[in-house]
Amino acid sequence: MYKYILRRVLVFIPMLLIVTVVVFTLASLAPGDPLTGQTLDPNIDPEVLEERREAMGLNDPPHIQYWNWLTEVSQGNLGDSLHYSGRTVEELIISRVPNTIYLAVFSLFITISVGLPIGIYSARKQYTVVDYTATTFGFFGLSMPNFFFALIAIYFFSFQLGWFPPRGTVSSTSLTGFESFIDRLHHLILPGITLGLSSTAIYMRYIRSEVLDVMGSDYIRTARAKGLTERSVLYKHTLRNSLIPIITLMGFEFGTLLSGAVIVESVFSFPGMGQLFLVGIENQDFPLIMGINLIVGVTILAGNLLADILYAVVDPRIRYD
Amino acid sequence: MSNETLLEVEGLKTYFHIEGKVAKAVDGVDFSIDRGETVALVGESGSGKSITSMSIMQLIPSPPGKIEEGAIKLEGKDLLSLSEREMMKVRGNDIGMIFQEPMTSLNPVFTIGEQLAEPMVKHQGMNKKDAKKRAVELLKLVGFPRAEETVKEYPHQLSGGMRQRVMIAMAMSCDPKLLIADEPTTALDVTIQAQILDLMQDVKKKYNSAILIITHDLGVVAETSDRVLVMYGGQIVENASAKDLFTNPKHPYTVGLLNSMPDVADEKERLESIPGTVPPAHNFPDGCRFAPRCKHAMEACTEAVPKLRENEPNHHVRCILYEDQGGEKE
Repeated sequence: MYKYILRRVLVFIPMLLIVTVVVFTLASLAPGDPLTGQTLDPNIDPEVLEERREAMGLNDPPHIQYWNWLTEVSQGNLGDSLHYSGRTVEELIISRVPNTIYLAVFSLFITISVGLPIGIYSARKQYTVVDYTATTFGFFGLSMPNFFFALIAIYFFSFQLGWFPPRGTVSSTSLTGFESFIDRLHHLILPGITLGLSSTAIYMRYIRSEVLDVMGSDYIRTARAKGLTERSVLYKHTLRNSLIPIITLMGFEFGTLLSGAVIVESVFSFPGMGQLFLVGIENQDFPLIMGINLIVGVTILAGNLLADILYAVVDPRIRYD
Repeated sequence: MSNETLLEVEGLKTYFHIEGKVAKAVDGVDFSIDRGETVALVGESGSGKSITSMSIMQLIPSPPGKIEEGAIKLEGKDLLSLSEREMMKVRGNDIGMIFQEPMTSLNPVFTIGEQLAEPMVKHQGMNKKDAKKRAVELLKLVGFPRAEETVKEYPHQLSGGMRQRVMIAMAMSCDPKLLIADEPTTALDVTIQAQILDLMQDVKKKYNSAILIITHDLGVVAETSDRVLVMYGGQIVENASAKDLFTNPKHPYTVGLLNSMPDVADEKERLESIPGTVPPAHNFPDGCRFAPRCKHAMEACTEAVPKLRENEPNHHVRCILYEDQGGEKE
């Protein structure tokens, strides 16, 4: 098992380098450079701009630029933001990370606590009213675009019923302790449900088909023939096998933990990574875009690594390869 | 019934209701098994052998399957009248079962030891530690030389024959009165088949349990069984001692089966085969179900289903060729 983990970690390193190359190349391929926006400003002398270009190393050949950037990045230095003057990209990202994590964890919580139990129940009571209802909900969740669902949710639950706030993360910064926690949670509910809707549907369908598949297998028949209770057959023998593919799905989900949700965060004016990314793009803030892309790329890789390791923990057939 | 009778199956009917059709997979089966006896249930695919055994265990997937009628008595107690809870105490405890597919019959994510221990913990109230110890003993009994390590291994680390040994150990773990073996050697190499059959005989002698072995391989029957039940179209067509059946087969279907068995000593040019296939269980012909494939079929065969009659002592046949001989069954 340690050999397997070591192998996965060793694969992780070249992948990481490839991610940096992709992030850098994408940024270089984008039209213009960080100073393009200012060429339109008649108050700035084009020669001054050219001097600044030279100073920033933007005229160097691409591989030198990449090397310089990589050296900085490897020291944890993502550069200065162009749009938010005087702030580094690390600072900006760190300021948004908590909100993004709250949102991601909350929506993952909804996904697991709603999607899995319904999926399992639906498999056990196949072709009953509950199963059909869950299936209908599944198609609804998968086909509903989340910006549209967000708007409907805001209209009904914020404006008509007034149950949840339509935007932001806190109503007042003066709250402390438990009250502050409740307030944050209150703000998370609509964006969290919106974000979790489609993955809840996916998990539900996934676990349903997995449970059905495993329930029909020979070793479940063996478990029944041993005289085990239906409970033990389901929760021990079936679920342990059905959850294996779900683990992979969760690894991917972990990768998106830090990326934020550009659309949902925008609709709910939720100050997370997704929104920061959008601001970066709108203002051609290259260091910020590259910084966020890099962080997201790294978390996705880490998520896959985590999934691979968990996979080996739950499935002995992989462990002993 | 004598004191020696262990299992009695009377008028068992198990039907499957699929898309408005009724498949009579098991349609009025009667037989009994004595203590310590090995009985073989023989027939082609689709004749209802496995459904009969799954009915005894009450593991028929329902819906669509349902035991419609009949009685299954284990030591005089009707299993069909038991609640699901009580039936759980019978499965794995009074009746052990092994299956055709050793490759997929063990759960891939639990160790051999964990899976072996389960029925002992459940039925005999053993704690996990004792059950694991007992698991090692059982593995030694079924021929694992390094059982201490095997208990910690996972199914995918063992070959098919080894897995079938594990299944036997598991089925025998609670000292069952009856072992049902549903085609236990079909998926195995010929050399391994013989080992598994020998092992079953050894285990049976040691525990004095009865065996119901389901097979379509008459070679297996000859090697293991005291008595043979030949099944066709959801019914038993012949019930005789193994010796009697091989030397003096009565039912045309049994004769056909025996003739289609290769024999090294006999240099036949071609093997005989029975023309046609087993009729589907939702569409049996009228009268004798074997008549459409039978060499001796006559008009009377299609009129009514013949009764299973005791033609000679302890030799029952369901065929009108023998109706005027011997007495009515019991």
